[in-house]
Formats: sequence, C-alpha cells, structure tokens
Amino acid sequence: MCDQTFMVNEHILPWKEGLVISDALTLMNYTFKMLVIKLNGDLVKKDSYDTTPIPPNADVKVIHLISGG
Amino acid sequence: MITPSEYFSKRHPLAFPKWQKATIGIAGAGGLGSNLAISLARAGVGILIIADFDFVSLENLNRQQFSLSQVGQPKVDALAANIRCFNPFIQLTLHNTKVIPANIAELFGSADILIEALDNASQKEMLISNWLELFPDKPIIGASGLAGYGGSEEIKIRHYGNLHLVGDFYSELQQDISPIAPRVAIVANMQANLALEILASLP
Repeated sequence: MCDQTFMVNEHILPWKEGLVISDALTLMNYTFKMLVIKLNGDLVKKDSYDTTPIPPNADVKVIHLISGG
Repeated sequence: MITPSEYFSKRHPLAFPKWQKATIGIAGAGGLGSNLAISLARAGVGILIIADFDFVSLENLNRQQFSLSQVGQPKVDALAANIRCFNPFIQLTLHNTKVIPANIAELFGSADILIEALDNASQKEMLISNWLELFPDKPIIGASGLAGYGGSEEIKIRHYGNLHLVGDFYSELQQDISPIAPRVAIVANMQANLALEILASLP
C-alpha cells in the first residue's frame, strides 16, 4: 500500500497523523512571516496555524507577501 | 460639451458594457494604486472606490502619478483630480482613511473586485486574509515582489482561487531605496488588466 502524502506549493511530502499547518512551514524550512495560507482552497487564519490539521492528500498553498507598492 | 457617447467611442462591444457597470475597490493610492486607477479609469470602469490615509510627498514622485503642485494634498483627492482631467464620467468614491480590518467591509463591500495596492507586506497580509474571510466569493488582486529594475519577463500572475497575485515573488525592497517607476507601473497595469479580464468573463 502506498504511503499517504500531501502537497505544499507543489512539493509532495509524506503525510502522517497529527500534522498541522505550522508543521508544513517547518518541513519546508519557510521562515518568512507575511503569509497567506490556503488549505484545499480555503483560507487558514493566522491564529489557527498551530491547530488546523492537514488531511491526507491536502493541497497547501503558502503565499509569501513581499513589501513594495 | 462632451457627451458620454462621444467620449466612450471605439470601445470593446462586449467587455466595455461590463466595465461600465462594474465597481472596483482600490486599497492604496501610491505607486500601485495611482497607476492602476488611471488605467482602469481610461478603460471605462464605472465606479472606483479608492482608500488611502496618506498625503502626497516629494519622494512619491519617483513612481506615483502625482505632480509637484500636489505635494501635501491627500493622495485620494490628488488622484481623483488627475483622473477627472481625462475621464469626466467616472464615479469616484474616496476615503482619506487607513484601511484596517474593522473598515474593510464598509469601505469596499460594494466592490465587485478588490485590488490590493498597499506597500507594506503586513498590510497586504491583513487586507488579503480579511477580504478572503469576509468575501470568499469576490476576487482580490494583490502584488508581491516588484522592487528594482529590469527583469520584466520575471513578472507573472499566480492564481489561488479568488486570490490573484502579480509580481516576481522574490524581489525584496532594499533599505532606503524606493520601488522604481517602470516595474511598479508594470505590476500595477497587470493588476488592472487582470481586473478587466475577470470582469469581462463574468456573465
């Protein structure tokens, strides 16, 4: 049987029980602060990064916002 | 006396009527906002809602669509005056106020599309995340990564459902160096162009 996975910005990562959004940032070594995160197309609020579980086969988009305008 | 039919001649037969009926919100009237508002007004968007708390300063003139004589004026008023010089038929709703989570719905709730034209990354994050939460079905077009010069071919659009972002996605501002006019104007006009494309695609 295949291991379950999930995606962060098109990178495929192994999935395991208990993963939350902030784990995805750690696994990807993302350190930038100004982010918008979508989980399967829905916004994840900043105060929920530590509590929002990542389901198997999830599509996580971490969008980095850079100053300038 | 110029009539609307004289002014709005040679317009796209299918897209222009949709633009005329549209309301676009613009959060920020600086480098991005002043450039894209002018393009949207020239294209014939019916209503623009523009919010910015700031006043025109000398250092803004390197990239923002204001003149020396407007230094010291509220940006929203100066931008409105400039737009009305070439489009007397547009409806402008101006807010000389800072965009904060508590006023986003009140300022921009009637907009069909919101354009994020702020300069600071934390403000961009605040606006985009609040908009997606308040109005998940309404598009928002932001900008991320426009500092410097050259590299025009690296500026692109990424789509995340109703969130669309324009930029090179990596150029950070350097200390004490403002964004530079062409790249800001390119990104601003790509935001404006995308807004027109989205509006034209609506039924």
